[in-house]
Amino acid sequence: MSDSRLLSLALVFAPLSLISFGGGQAIVAEMQHQVVDVHHWMSGPAFADLFAISRAAPGPSTLIAALIGWQVAGLGGAIAATLAIYIPSSLLVYAAVRWWHASKDSPWRTALERGLLPVAVGLVFAGALAVLEAAHVGALQIFTTVVAAALILYTRVSVYAIMGVTAAVFAGVQLA
Amino acid sequence: MLNLNHSYFGFRMTPEVPPPKQIPLLDLIGVFFRVGVTSFGGSTAAWLYKEVVERRGWLDDEHFTTALTLAQVLPGANPVNLSIYIGSQLRGGIGGAAAAIGMVAPPFVIILILGYLYRQFGSSPVAHAVLAGLAAVGVGMTLTIGVKLARKVRRPIPIAIAVTLFVTVGVLHWPMIPMVLAMTPLSIGLEHLQAKKRTP
Repeated sequence: MSDSRLLSLALVFAPLSLISFGGGQAIVAEMQHQVVDVHHWMSGPAFADLFAISRAAPGPSTLIAALIGWQVAGLGGAIAATLAIYIPSSLLVYAAVRWWHASKDSPWRTALERGLLPVAVGLVFAGALAVLEAAHVGALQIFTTVVAAALILYTRVSVYAIMGVTAAVFAGVQLA
Repeated sequence: MLNLNHSYFGFRMTPEVPPPKQIPLLDLIGVFFRVGVTSFGGSTAAWLYKEVVERRGWLDDEHFTTALTLAQVLPGANPVNLSIYIGSQLRGGIGGAAAAIGMVAPPFVIILILGYLYRQFGSSPVAHAVLAGLAAVGVGMTLTIGVKLARKVRRPIPIAIAVTLFVTVGVLHWPMIPMVLAMTPLSIGLEHLQAKKRTP
């Protein structure tokens, strides 16, 4: 694998790491833009497939970076992308934790908590829209999204049960 | 605000053992590795609470809630941030790194196995249909996180900031990084002014 690909992966994911407020959902929109439109590493539907795998797998959804790295540059790419997506935010968190305990009475603590919230909200919804666009969704997918969101919000049905039923339904529709 | 109250976990008890003076790094990695393997579907915080607060008494309740809040508001994946907080509280920087590696390594291997299977079978129409369905559920999960967070945004200015980011980044496809770099200090600064007004 060429070093330039590893470097490109790191340069895409490291800045995203620092703005991933609220976790991986927040940066999916920009990730999709970089991977599909800017670097042409894969098609929109292929990106949506990787998103689906990352949501069905255990662990943080940011691990989609490992899948993208793997597709672009093999195992080295997976490792480079994973390090790039975790190290910058982790260093920031480490610094913040130290600052947090050093400044117990600072009014900036509350301002930080409250101020980051609307940023996370805006980015999370933008991320949802980006994946829907990338996947070239049909009516059945939009219906599934709405039903799944409602079930997770208002019932105690396990996400894995919802995923199992959905997988069976989509496979059935495809085979029919 | 973002912190989950203790009843969320459904149990609350005093630690069974007093905290040891220095926790061996291997024990630390072991605990986070185990949670990394077992925590499916966003249950990481609940598992860590059980292992770190209840079983081992490494942190108290209040400390854990602070950790959870910080892990959620700061950039980065919540489980990784939580690991860094807890690990660095117990064993400094090296402890934070050990905890984060323990937490990420198992799902990293699992997701590469899934990625390998996708390369083998991803071209089949059925596999693609199944993944399209799972992506739809994934977007549903994302929406629920958005809704849960959005319920806490109640005043006009924060709502305007959230909507602005959604419209510019999501709908108009403006570049995300400059937008976030502009809106984040604005949002935090306005909250700081607001707090000052309330308590002069």
